[in-house]
Amino acid sequence: MFETINMKILLPELILICTGLAVILLDLVLRKKETVAFIGVAGALLSAYYNFSLMSLGWSGAVFQNMFVLDGYSSFFKLIFYISLIITIFISLNYIKTERVSSGEYYSLLLFSASGMMIMAGAADFMVLYLGIELMSLSLYILAGIMRERRTSNEAAIKYFFLGAFSSAFLLFGISLTYGLTGTTSIIEVAEALNRLGPAGRNITLIAVIFFVTAFGFKVALVPFHMWAPDVYEGAPTSVTAFMSTGPKAAAFAVMGRVLFYAFGALQLQWSAIIEPLSIVTIAVGSILALSQTNIKRMLAYSAIAHAGYASIGFLPGTQEAFAAMINYLMIYIIVNLGAFAVVVIMRREGIMGEELSDYSGLAKKNPLVAFLMLIFMFSLTGIPPLAGFIGKFYIFMGAVEAGYTKLVIAAVIFSAVSAFFYLRVVVYMYMKEAAEPSVLIVPHSVKLVLAFTSIMAILLGIFPSVLLDFARASLLG
Amino acid sequence: MVPLSWYIVLSAVLFSIGVFGFLVRRNLIMIFLSMELMLNSVNISFVAFSHYLQSMTGQVMVFFVITVAAAEAAIGLAILIVFYKNNPTLNSDEINLLKG
Amino acid sequence: MSGNYIPSHYLPVISILAFSVLVGLGALIAGLLVRPRRPYEQKLAPYESGNLPVGEPRYRFSVKFYIVAMLFVVFDVEAVFLYPWAVAYDRLGLFGFVEMMIFIVILLVGYVYAWKKGALTWE
Repeated sequence: MFETINMKILLPELILICTGLAVILLDLVLRKKETVAFIGVAGALLSAYYNFSLMSLGWSGAVFQNMFVLDGYSSFFKLIFYISLIITIFISLNYIKTERVSSGEYYSLLLFSASGMMIMAGAADFMVLYLGIELMSLSLYILAGIMRERRTSNEAAIKYFFLGAFSSAFLLFGISLTYGLTGTTSIIEVAEALNRLGPAGRNITLIAVIFFVTAFGFKVALVPFHMWAPDVYEGAPTSVTAFMSTGPKAAAFAVMGRVLFYAFGALQLQWSAIIEPLSIVTIAVGSILALSQTNIKRMLAYSAIAHAGYASIGFLPGTQEAFAAMINYLMIYIIVNLGAFAVVVIMRREGIMGEELSDYSGLAKKNPLVAFLMLIFMFSLTGIPPLAGFIGKFYIFMGAVEAGYTKLVIAAVIFSAVSAFFYLRVVVYMYMKEAAEPSVLIVPHSVKLVLAFTSIMAILLGIFPSVLLDFARASLLG
Repeated sequence: MVPLSWYIVLSAVLFSIGVFGFLVRRNLIMIFLSMELMLNSVNISFVAFSHYLQSMTGQVMVFFVITVAAAEAAIGLAILIVFYKNNPTLNSDEINLLKG
Repeated sequence: MSGNYIPSHYLPVISILAFSVLVGLGALIAGLLVRPRRPYEQKLAPYESGNLPVGEPRYRFSVKFYIVAMLFVVFDVEAVFLYPWAVAYDRLGLFGFVEMMIFIVILLVGYVYAWKKGALTWE
């Protein structure tokens, strides 16, 4: 009745969860609280090592009656999560000391959230998918509100919690309808059942798909389900915002891809028709509303919304090639975005919030290197060649044009040009305005490491675009 | 014999009431309760489907939904309490520090 | 478990439910009709063990109650997983036992953390 569970496949997740538990317990006994951060990084690296050595040994497979899989698809996304997690830990080291956040809770919640994302990426059953989403989201709700004394943080947590839970209910309703129509919650079996159902049955299933798209729309912040994102991104601690705009977003795309492609592949034309207007409206709203922002976290929130729109174009053609372009785009976006947030994090110093655009004035004189790196990140987010952001957008657009979405791509390119205004405004502030007050900017070593990694990747991935794309293609096949 | 459609209609109606309450209520506790109503309406449909399909998956799912809902309730109430300590109101219109 | 299950077993329960509701309502209505009605101030005051009421009835509870209640909700509901495990224990065997132990250890970590952080002390 029970297959011998191949625990090896679960090792990456188990290691990360155990690290989280160890962090929470060690926090009670350790005197030097920063140590737990390094334990977290070590756990993440160990987990990554196991994941990719299992993959290279050909250990991919499924456990728990095909409810959880380890395959190329999940491994690619897990790589995104590891990068997001480790970089977030590095940029948090000094930041949470400035904000006086308890480190044990903070790091263990980051680790739990990351393991939730990994469970999402590897979910081959709606049940596991739901549990993964909840593990990720519940940890994030607390992280958003972890600065208990600050009212903006409280408010961000409340908004994130309510809208997150609202979207989970929609997801559940979609799962329940799918279960009722197909008699199963397994993603592969749903696909098989849909093939058996015929056109009439499939059209009823479309209702379930609409519920799924709504729920995922909330999670990745597609317009009109985006309204929580700017408030939450602004109110949450900056390091948490950096994490939220990267890992969880990619995780939501991972489950969206898994559900739409693998479970509802038979309804591809229908869900493409739903996502098409959403993606272009998302790009438009994100790009236009970002223009009027003066708070950089809020601006980056709208930027994140616009980027979710660009990424979702990758769903439309319904081909593996376009999907590979999408995950390639996500990887580039999260690296560049984490770099930009690393700069935002170091702008917060004792007594200076550093969240307003005006705080960036004169940065080029104060610290030329940081200003230059921020320039690279802003150019890359805009999509200026030869940086990585351009490559990401280029492949996405190419795939869409090949599938006949020419009008959509033209509109997306126009809004991409609009987005240059607000990204380059940061550059204008840094290089062309005088600093209001002379304050020093100290870059901690951990953040230096992050800035070096992200900026080098932003340049290298732009110069050698095929490396990552080939990896993405290979992941989807294996 | 109660037909399946009754359960599904019940579940859909409760879900809609929950969505409606979530959108129009102004007290955070009431919004919270509306959300719980949505989750539990889904549970009804899971159990009904499970019974009619003769498959246990739906009931297992309900177990998980119940426990996750409990965790969610605990975290949500904790967030509400922390919020209430700093600004003693539970009116959602007054949560307006962040906008623009 | 059969597909065309009819809840006829519940008929006695429903009838006793209906009967008890009727008896309760009947007693109240009968009292309302029969008893004399002569209200005065002391009679209308809320009853508090024969004493005059002290303070507001809407008493504000300490936040400690909420913390304990929250912990209770989480640990209480997680026990729901123990029941199916207990029922199917002999078929799940060692594997199920190990799984359950992992689950309980995770809960235990949460408990230890709450304890050490002082969430359980009543001060």
